[in-house]
Formats: sequence, structure tokens, C-alpha cells
Amino acid sequence: MDAILLQLLNGLDKGGAYALIALGLTLAFGTLGIVNFAHGALFMLGAFCAVTFNKLLTISKSVKDESITFFDAYKEVPYLEIWWGETGTSIIDYAVPLSIFFAIPVMLFIGWALERGLIQYFYKRSHASQILFTFGLAIVIQEIVRHVFGANPIPTPAPDVVSGSANIGLYFGLGENIIYPWWRLIYLSFSICVIGAVFAFLKFTTFGMVVRAGIQNREMVGLLGINIERRFTIVFSLSAVVAGVAGVMYAPIVPPDFHLGMDFLVLTFVVVVVGGMGSLPGAVAAGFLLGILQSFAAMNEVKEILPGIDQIIIYLVAVIVLLVRPRGLMGVKGVFED
Amino acid sequence: MAIFSVVVLTMPLWMQPFGAAYPDILQKFVIFGVFAIGYNILFGLTGYLSFGHAAFLGVGSYTAVWSFKLLTMNIVPAIILSVVMSGIFAVAMGYVALRRSGIYFSILTLAFAQMCYNLAYSVLTPITNGETGLQLAKSDPRIIDRLFSEAGEGLPSTTLFGIETSGYSGFYISAVIMIIVFYISLKIFNSSFGLKLKAIKANQNRMRYLGFNTKPYLLSAFVISGMYAGLAGGLLAATDPLAGAERMQWTASGEVILMTILGGVGTLFGPLLGVIIIKYFENIFSAVNQLDLHSLYAIFPAWLENSLVAISSLFVGEGWHMTLGLLFMFVVAFLPGGVLEGLQLIYKKIKTRLIKNNKSTGTDTDTKQETGANHGE
Repeated sequence: MDAILLQLLNGLDKGGAYALIALGLTLAFGTLGIVNFAHGALFMLGAFCAVTFNKLLTISKSVKDESITFFDAYKEVPYLEIWWGETGTSIIDYAVPLSIFFAIPVMLFIGWALERGLIQYFYKRSHASQILFTFGLAIVIQEIVRHVFGANPIPTPAPDVVSGSANIGLYFGLGENIIYPWWRLIYLSFSICVIGAVFAFLKFTTFGMVVRAGIQNREMVGLLGINIERRFTIVFSLSAVVAGVAGVMYAPIVPPDFHLGMDFLVLTFVVVVVGGMGSLPGAVAAGFLLGILQSFAAMNEVKEILPGIDQIIIYLVAVIVLLVRPRGLMGVKGVFED
Repeated sequence: MAIFSVVVLTMPLWMQPFGAAYPDILQKFVIFGVFAIGYNILFGLTGYLSFGHAAFLGVGSYTAVWSFKLLTMNIVPAIILSVVMSGIFAVAMGYVALRRSGIYFSILTLAFAQMCYNLAYSVLTPITNGETGLQLAKSDPRIIDRLFSEAGEGLPSTTLFGIETSGYSGFYISAVIMIIVFYISLKIFNSSFGLKLKAIKANQNRMRYLGFNTKPYLLSAFVISGMYAGLAGGLLAATDPLAGAERMQWTASGEVILMTILGGVGTLFGPLLGVIIIKYFENIFSAVNQLDLHSLYAIFPAWLENSLVAISSLFVGEGWHMTLGLLFMFVVAFLPGGVLEGLQLIYKKIKTRLIKNNKSTGTDTDTKQETGANHGE
């Protein structure tokens, strides 16, 4: 029972990441009709925003170490600590959550630049060439990151307060064996918040209404005198931001390295296809579903019966779904059905 | 065809001035040539973008190495087995994946390839030897070889009835095989089968209305190209008996797509051209290091030299993938027909200009023939 609950949490947690990335991917696809293979790279860029911010905060100065008296010793002290003392230390400690505020404008700009600079020329091209172009783009982004940050994973710790584990079982009276890292719980609630925010944004704002109308009938909205192209550019930047903040918060879970994006890309594409191309609720549902399935398949009891199932479960589900229900779990009829 | 064979077989001679006349890279040229020719049969003719062909390459390699381990060091059974094995895989994969088309087909093939890759790394380690890769060992049974001779000292090398298949002889064997498969693909392109495949690319619905069941054609194209990939994998193992799972990763499929597109999708020679361009520059670019760059820019003043080195080191050595990605973007964006199309465009421009010039002098037809002949050479 405890194991099942733990795996459920694990799955929700993984699913949160999948759902966030898949959400951005679907946004870009539903509005712009772009199959964006560079979306995983945007996720990775988000994670490296956290790394950069962390590095910026800890720019240090060599200071003579007073505690060692018998020879001259120097230690690196971050400027923030010198200027603000205790406050500085705690700012550095909270680097990862704070870097969200750093990542949002950066990702907005990157998304805007990509869409205006490159991707807008590919709306009228076939999906095959969109895939290939963004695939090339993903390689380029990945290599730039490798050039700047090196090939090794860079550990980016979560704040001290939440780096431990929570004994959830005690809080809910479910026994004492359900212990789960705090940061992962935060990630889960964070992803739910972001997903909710995106949906609310699309549902309750005028901007969102226009975008939804544009998804249904682009030409009509254009004829009503609304500059739909510009809204769609903003939506693309938004999808980049969603991927970016997902990456920022993911950095403490897995130390980011340059092929983090590629690892996630294939999985999220599968998630999007399972959920149904162009369906936002589908992407979120499929993300959580596949995350949970994957973590259950990784349980030892399951592995004993079906060895290797944890490695392929997602792809297996995708194959079955595509064959049985081609438009995906919640796909809209007629969208991309051939 | 005869000219083509001569050109391929004399590669060691005319590649000399380019500094690529050693067997290692020549083998790569022809083996990946086989791979790209096969991929072109699927993507070029039917327009189905598969992201899973690297899996067949991997299957071919593994099968060939197992054949070396269990049966004999002769490459003939190894290659036949690897083609058959990848053919079986391709039938299974194609049967399922071809139920869908467009982007769904791409994702399905991608999913299959990732499944193979993940399995090769995890559960199938007894067969694939996981991360280390499958290698020959002294204790392998090699049943057929044992019938004729005792096990010698050290590791045996791969042979074709006594000829060692590494180095130049390996290149010639692979080259002959490539010429044969190129001939087959030429026949496919010109046959009514090839025409039907092209019709599927142009308009699949209309084909159906005309009363053709497109499925068998697509499936056979898929299986043929899968077998080509398996053959390439088998040849890779024959020239260097080692198989690793990284050959099956989906980025490897991306590379063969790039080769095909760079050269020219749907053309006969395009994929070969793409292979040669990519493998050649990969070889050169990834070998360059900082010191080479410094000596290259030595004529410039120091500050300019350093900044130039800093900029170009982005693109060479480890950064070769960056060049590849940029090339990918550039070709897809500006030259969707590949290098061959670019050459044709240039040729047409020159031709029209020549004709314009000649109209004033009046010897129109002569120059047409002349330029045509020049192009043929």
C-alpha cells in the first residue's frame, strides 16, 4: 500500500514535468500549427537559466580567511554575502525559486526571437520540413549550451529548508513509511499551479478568448480586424516560458546537462500524441497518466513479471493508442487525422 | 552504371587530393551510402518520414556480430543474416506504423526505435551486452569455422573466404555491394513499382480512388529500405566487428535524414553525395583542434587571431554537431531539394545565359549539346 502511494506520488511528479512540457508543445501546435522539435531544448534552456542565475549570485571575491592564523589562506566569498551578510546568504540559498523571475523574461525574449526570427517562415511549409528545421535548431541550441556550460551535469541545489524529505504519512495519518522529498512535492504543486494558470489565462481573459477563437478559425478572427499573428507570437513566447519555468524547477531534481532537452523531447512528443494533437486538456491528462504508468512499471513487483517494461511502457502505450484511437485520448475530431 | 562503378571503385585515387584516401573513411562513405540509398527509397519515393531507421542499422550490426561469434568469421552468412533479420523487424514495424501517415508515422517509428534502443540497454543485455557493446571473444564457439580448423591464437579477424575485410579490401567489398544495391535502387526508381510509390507521395487518396491498395506498396518500400539499413549495419560490423546500442539512437536516424536531404531527396545520386559531404566534413572538422586553428590564422595580428580562433572553435572539434545542426537548418530552409537541386539551378542559369548569348550569334543548338556534354562529365 505504502509502495503504491509512493509510486503514485512519483508518477504524478514525473507526470507534472511531462504535462508542463507537453502543454507548451500543444499550445504552439494548436495555435501556430508548428511541430516544434526544439521544445525540449527550451526546457533545457530553462534549467540552465537556473544554473546561470545561481552562478550570477555566487560571483565571488577572494578574501583572506581569518579563521586560519598560521598561514595566509584565502577563501571565496560571494559579493552578496559581503554586502548584505545574512540576507545575502539566504538569497543565494533560494537561488532556484528566485531564478523563475529571471527565467520568465529571458524565455519570453527567446520565444519571441525564435518565432519572429525563424519559425514564422515555416508556417506554410510541410510538417516534415518543420520537424526537420526545428530538429536542427534543437541541435544548435544544445551545442551552444554545451559550449558555454561544458558537458557535465551541473548540480543546482534546492533551498536548504526544503532539501530534506517530508514524512507525508504522518500528516495524513497513513502510517510512517511514506517519506517523500519536499522539493518534488513542491514541483508537483508548482506544475499544477502553472497548468491552472495557463488554462485560466486562456479561459477567462479577452486575450485568451481571442486565441481560442483563432485556434478554431484563424481567417475569421483575422477578418474581424484582430491582429491574430501577433497574438500567436505571444502564445509561442508563452509556451517557451512554460517550458522554461518547468526546466527551472526541475534543475534541483536532475542536475541539468546539455542533452536534458533531447531526453525529454521524445517522451513529450509521445505524450502529446497520446493526449491528442492540439488538445490542451489531453496533453495534461496524458502527461500525468503516462508519468504514473511509468513509475508503476518501474516497481520491482511489475518488473519481475514483465522484465524491461519500465523502459518501454510509454512507447508501448503510444503505439496502442495510436492504433486504436488515432486522434489520441482527447483529440478533436478532424484535427490532423490522416 | 559502368561509369558509376568506375567512379566508386577508383575512389581511393581521386580522393587523394582531398586527403580522404584512407580505408577508414572510404568504408564509411560506401556503407553509409548503402544506408542513405535505402532510406531514400522510403522517404524519397513515398514521402514517409521515418525516424526509426537507426534501429535497423543496430539490428543488422548485432546480428552480424552474433553470426561472427556463433557461426563463422566469414562475412557472407553474417551479411545475409543481418539483412534477413532487419527485414523481419521491418515487416513487424512497418505493419504497425504504416497504418498511420504524416507526423503520426514519424512518431510511431520514433517510438519503435526508442523501444529497441531502451531494450538494448536494459533487458536485452545478454544479447546486446549493454553499454560496453557486443564484441568478439576468444571463447566464442564459431561452429562452422571449427569444422575446418582449430582455434588459433588471438582474436580471428573477419574474412571473405580468406580475404581480410578490414582496410582497403574491406572498402572494395563494401563498394561492390554498394554498387549492386545502387543498381537495384536504380531499377526500383525506373520500375512501375517505383512509379506507384511516387504516385503515393503525390496523392495517396487519388491512388486509392484509382483502385490501388497502397498498403502493400508502402510496406514493401519500408521493408526494402529497412533491409538496406540492416545491410549497412552488417557491413559496419564486417569491417569492424563491434556493435553498440548508440547506433540505434534516434539522433542517428536524424543523421541519415540529413544526409538524404542534403544531397537531394528522391534523386538517385543525391543521398550518396550527401553521405560523402557529411562524412568527409565530419572527419575533417572533428579532427581540428585549437592549435590547428592558431596556425591557420597565424598571418593575422594576435588579437584578431585569438578572436577568430574563439569563433571558429565553436564549429570544429567537439562543436562539429553545431555545424551539422546549422547545415541542417540551412538546407531545410533554403534548399529543400538538396545540393543536387542547387547544382541543377546553377546549371539552368548558366544554360539560359549561354542560350541568350548565342541567340545573337545564331548557333543555338550546338552550344546546347556542348553544355549538356559538359554537365555529363
